[in-house]
Amino acid sequence: MPERVAIVGVGYSDVRSTTPGLSYKEMMYEAAVRAYADAGVNPRKDVDSFICVSEDFWEGTSIFDEYVPDQLGGALRPVHTVTGDGIHALACAAMLIRTGRARIVVVEGHSKHSDIRTPHHIHNFAFDPIYHRPLGAHPYHLAGLEMNRFLHVSGNTREQCALVVRKNLTNALLNPRAVYGAEVSLEDVLGAPPAFTPLGELDIARPADGGFVMVVAAESVVDDLAGEPVWITGYGWCTGASAVDSRQWGEAVYARLAAEQAYRMAGITNPFQDLDFAEIDDSFSYKELEHLEALRLCRPGEAGTLLEEGVTLPSGEFPVNVSGGSLGVGHLLEATGLHRVYEVVLQLRGQAGPIQLAEVERGLAQSWRNLPTTTGCVIILERS
Amino acid sequence: MGKVAVVGAGMTKFVRRAQETGRELAWQAARMALDSAGMTLKDVDAVVIGSAPDAFDGVHMKGEYLADGSGGWRKPTMRNFVGGATGVFAPIQGWYHIASGQFDTVLVVCEEKMSSCHPHPQGAFLTIFDHTTERPLGPNLLWIFAIEMNRYMTVHGITKEEIALVAVKNKRNAMDHPCAQLGEELTVEDVLNSEIMAWPVNRLDVSPASDGAAAVVMCAEHVAKRVTDKPVWVEGVGWHLDTAYWTNRDLYYPRYVEYAARMAYDMAGIKEPRKEINIVEPYDPFDYKELHHLEGLLLCERGEAPRLTADGVTQRDGDLPVCPSGGLLGVGNPIAAAGLMKVCEIFWQLRGEAGKRQVPGTPKRGLAQAWGDLMQVGAVIILGR
Amino acid sequence: MTVRIKEWPGTALSSKDFETGRVLTVHHKPKAEYRWDAGVAIGRYLRELKEGRLIARRCNACGRILLPPRMFCEECFVPTSEWVFVKDTGTVNTFSICHVRWDMVRLKDPQLPAVINVDGASPGMGILHLLGEVRPEDVRVGMRVQAVWKSPEEREGAITDIKYWKPI
Repeated sequence: MPERVAIVGVGYSDVRSTTPGLSYKEMMYEAAVRAYADAGVNPRKDVDSFICVSEDFWEGTSIFDEYVPDQLGGALRPVHTVTGDGIHALACAAMLIRTGRARIVVVEGHSKHSDIRTPHHIHNFAFDPIYHRPLGAHPYHLAGLEMNRFLHVSGNTREQCALVVRKNLTNALLNPRAVYGAEVSLEDVLGAPPAFTPLGELDIARPADGGFVMVVAAESVVDDLAGEPVWITGYGWCTGASAVDSRQWGEAVYARLAAEQAYRMAGITNPFQDLDFAEIDDSFSYKELEHLEALRLCRPGEAGTLLEEGVTLPSGEFPVNVSGGSLGVGHLLEATGLHRVYEVVLQLRGQAGPIQLAEVERGLAQSWRNLPTTTGCVIILERS
Repeated sequence: MGKVAVVGAGMTKFVRRAQETGRELAWQAARMALDSAGMTLKDVDAVVIGSAPDAFDGVHMKGEYLADGSGGWRKPTMRNFVGGATGVFAPIQGWYHIASGQFDTVLVVCEEKMSSCHPHPQGAFLTIFDHTTERPLGPNLLWIFAIEMNRYMTVHGITKEEIALVAVKNKRNAMDHPCAQLGEELTVEDVLNSEIMAWPVNRLDVSPASDGAAAVVMCAEHVAKRVTDKPVWVEGVGWHLDTAYWTNRDLYYPRYVEYAARMAYDMAGIKEPRKEINIVEPYDPFDYKELHHLEGLLLCERGEAPRLTADGVTQRDGDLPVCPSGGLLGVGNPIAAAGLMKVCEIFWQLRGEAGKRQVPGTPKRGLAQAWGDLMQVGAVIILGR
Repeated sequence: MTVRIKEWPGTALSSKDFETGRVLTVHHKPKAEYRWDAGVAIGRYLRELKEGRLIARRCNACGRILLPPRMFCEECFVPTSEWVFVKDTGTVNTFSICHVRWDMVRLKDPQLPAVINVDGASPGMGILHLLGEVRPEDVRVGMRVQAVWKSPEEREGAITDIKYWKPI
């Protein structure tokens, strides 16, 4: 039986649309200090390993991992970077602990999106250089294509996607970490300027700045630490297809396979019954529905109905994105998954304040690495 | 902690410009590694990708781009990144995927296609410096190597002649490597008389820019015993990343390499590395770096590595063969792939499969090390029979 | 294994392959632009450079005077304590004589990058900068140098407000 692993400390640097006063280093430091205080650890003495998530071109620095150790207390310590979502890094932290060679591992992710002047050009730079990028289309065209196919295959509707936007923006109004909370009507969403039809302008999550740090620990040391543990009982990650030609357009295969891995680990057979709530990827409105189905939280084609029946509302049987999701909180690049985990941890600890759900024991966080990828991760977190 | 073995290895030729795309290079190395282990992609539970800056290949989120070529189609696929040390860190990440009990078999693939970056691959290094306090000065990569080499020479009173011996040795060793880009017979004078680039660095002190890929298959003990009678075990791993304020450190000694080595030695139960390690593949993007790293690895005293080299100790038939592959100086330097090439070399040497490069005797234990970032990161892996 | 392999994959190309069009390529120039927030520590550093001064931060936990300044000490992992002006003189810790540009084009006059340990900062606290008003062959480790500033009107709050460091 491998050792159990828990998140024992969480910290964040305020999520904002811009952060002109702070450098990314100062943001990371702020998040780290909070996480270490929460966990009751001294990074210079107690932490065995550090893992960061970043991508060079989001940072504007080649070999960005150079600049991560200092503000985490990780100088001259084992530090490595994963070019993935924050949940990838949490999985790495758990694996490192389970080798028995580390007991406390720190995970960091941040977004300083406001430093980027040409985000869509950089996004486009992720497309295959030979046969996709030269087409010159805005990177989000891929989301339009995918949404169209998904709605066609699943039978979910454009209106149901708009409902996702309304739900998440409304949820965000109560979340102190959310930037884009708003009262919007279905007509507002459907009447918004078309962007990448069927995708409208309000269906797209807007970027934000923010940073998250988490302290992950082995069960053997959890009792010695101050932080209230939330147990990581399952995780999975998967990459579907690098290229558009082998992409599955109507289904989030990566999320299904990542979830299978996580559910197997956590002993979950009926996710809807076995879990209490979820924070899942909604970088584009349709993605929430697509991911609900891929995560087997409902049957194929039923995500929209679930939403219409109010099941995924904060007051519903299975709340989804109570935080406001990426649509409401803002998209945080590689830190997006860590933000979702942060929300789940607060809920399970009963520290979610105005958005606290009643009686939650077990939650799921899921992320997708945005366009053009088919990479996603799933993590299962439990109170006891 | 479960035992982890390397059971297969593969690599492409290292060339200045490859016809293949990065994805194709990754696929070729991955397939060769699987073939050599008698396995197919169906046997692989997870994939680990290593690749250095995205700016080389000219693709943002390069790990996603390389995934299918690396066998990461519909599989758990993870890309790690520690700059130049990525090639040795990738199998360390493969190790923890397996040692944790999470997976049985992991395919580790490292790729770099530097020739995509125009007009010169060095352009990718222009943005490694701090964007506010350093980049406005217009620094290039040679500056920091030259600055570090000068410090190393100054502190110990080492000469360029002593350092050039490393380039001569490694380029000669590379003549026996079928994938080598720059194997040749040179003299110390050739190195000293080559074009001066950034004193004290001359052209032949430096490894080339390259395209290439390398791969290894790693698996848990029960799988290893089934697929091969010659598993090579991961005995120790270590890595450390020093502060980014590189101008605040004394560059004469790579303390981050020492810390990484100590972490690996501790895990492997090695007390006297000089006696207990039979072959070394330290990172040699520049010739002085091999010396620097031998010292950081505690394989000799500080400042003593040049003497070891002059005495022939580090020759392939010496007491401690160093870079029997030909290293980055000779085989080539497609960054992450070059680091993993070193791990492949240790694997082949320990199995007695290194052909003309085979070191005499029957080496039991080898070490591969890579370095990266702003004179900042060390990654060490120790393999044993 | 390696002994058995006769054909290794990977196809080397030469310049001729491109010139003759035997091999086709796709060109793309990324439009990647950033405006990095300097933050609290480096923000003040830049403002002082504009005034013709170098400023550092002291960490009262370890006593070090840190240059470039930071709001936290990476060694102690505590907030740094106070601003400290340091001098614009220093000592060459190490240097290079660089004859090529990053794209390997040769320079008529070599550049002289150096790590300069600045007076008033803790020992070993160097910064990267350039040397000037000195013949390359005369540069020595341990050489004493002083910053040569741009005129106040030319200064813009950048590390290049110091043109270079000259021997004293």
